[in-house]
Amino acid sequence: MRRLADIALPLLVAMLVLAGWEWAVAHWQVPVYVLPGPSAIAKAFADNFSSLMAALLSTLTVTVEAFLAACVLGIATAIAFSQSRLLERTFYPYAVMLQVTPVVAIAPLILIWVGFERINLALVIIATIVAFFPILAGATLGLKSADFNLVDLTRLYGASRTQTLWRVRLPAALPYLLSGMKTAGGLALIGAVVAEFVAGSGTATGLAWRIVESGNRLEIATLFAALALLALTGVLIFAALSLLEWLLLRRWHESALTSPS
Amino acid sequence: MITLKGVGKRFANGVEALRDLTFTVADGEFVSLLGPSGCGKSTALRIAAGLLAPDAGHVKFDRAKPEIGFVFQEPTLMPWADALTNARLPLDLKGVAREDGNARAATALARVGLQGFERAYPRELSGGMKMRVSLARALAAQPRLLLLDEPFAALDEITRNSLGDDLLRLWKEDGLTVLFVTHSVSESSYLSQRVLVMTPRPGSVAKDIALAFGRDSRLAPATIEAQRVINVALSDAMAA
Repeated sequence: MRRLADIALPLLVAMLVLAGWEWAVAHWQVPVYVLPGPSAIAKAFADNFSSLMAALLSTLTVTVEAFLAACVLGIATAIAFSQSRLLERTFYPYAVMLQVTPVVAIAPLILIWVGFERINLALVIIATIVAFFPILAGATLGLKSADFNLVDLTRLYGASRTQTLWRVRLPAALPYLLSGMKTAGGLALIGAVVAEFVAGSGTATGLAWRIVESGNRLEIATLFAALALLALTGVLIFAALSLLEWLLLRRWHESALTSPS
Repeated sequence: MITLKGVGKRFANGVEALRDLTFTVADGEFVSLLGPSGCGKSTALRIAAGLLAPDAGHVKFDRAKPEIGFVFQEPTLMPWADALTNARLPLDLKGVAREDGNARAATALARVGLQGFERAYPRELSGGMKMRVSLARALAAQPRLLLLDEPFAALDEITRNSLGDDLLRLWKEDGLTVLFVTHSVSESSYLSQRVLVMTPRPGSVAKDIALAFGRDSRLAPATIEAQRVINVALSDAMAA
């Protein structure tokens, strides 16, 4: 019953908003280049279906590649930090600097360095920088949160650092890491979009560029269609990572358990 | 089996936990280390296990360092692994083949009364059962020396008594040497052959009490008498 309400209520709100929107646009005769109605957006979506899908695929590819790169780099860095306090003290501030510097400000530099002939690589690098930090932060905290006594126990039985890492530290880090990954998934998409905006005309082929282009041509209905697609993609990425989290944690972690009440 | 000689330990925060702690536990003995909270009992046990290095003195074993089992006050299980995998941890770390390890871990679980719970996760088990898994894990590697750090302190009295009886049975069956840290006079009076009463911090042995035979139950006259003797020694140690 509650699950049904979780789905039905937001859906009901969406239908009411869309209906009200359609009515308002018709009633006040709002020009289509200012605010098209939902039906006009749906028509634009259908008319541009194949090109919008191609754009989505392009943005999604950059997003997924950046997300995976951020996972590998973030986890590897966190493991290195967990093995050496000195390493962590030395390099953590730089990781924070990377995080707090607005990516829009670094993007042009990266585009120049990587070169417009390898635009996809540049986009992936920019999106990776955005998605990297939450994974590093989550994994670093997680690797530190293993039960001290459990770690001591592995020492008692003569475990190597690698054994302790695999058997105790990494599993203990999983909830924190997955939480970081959920944030990073959305950030990778934002990073990909920002990168496309910065890359500009002629080179980028993703959804963000479709938005810029549609805006320039006052094809506001197409702009809205691309925007909706982008929002939907973000939601789906979050849902997929939430599912992964649930699958991995459902047997043991409090966050994935339903309380008896 | 094991001797601690002149052991001292001061922590980085300046707290002196132990000073000149000396005692011996003979092969096959069941010895309790009894003292008030914060007297350094746990620190002594960690030093005995080699998990902590003493600042002064040393730990000596009669022969080569024996296989050691360690049980903490908390069950300290891996929440992401089932009971069998938890009990198998020492064997996995030692590179025992999976099948052999499973068989030995299952045997250890059965010995603490957890047959049929191999696939249960810690969160599905009660506090007493989790402690039993922890005990099974310590037994899985077939230790000669079993170190227990107030293992039953967080349990209710009924569970505590039943686990105590199981521990006694395992000690007799395996001919283990047991060093049992506790702050419970009644536990130490019933379970152990010898009680080392510790002074308040910095901890050392105030009195070494060998307990008489005839403590077959918790209410046997000899057990009650042992409690009286231990209580007297404990008050003396606190007052000194």
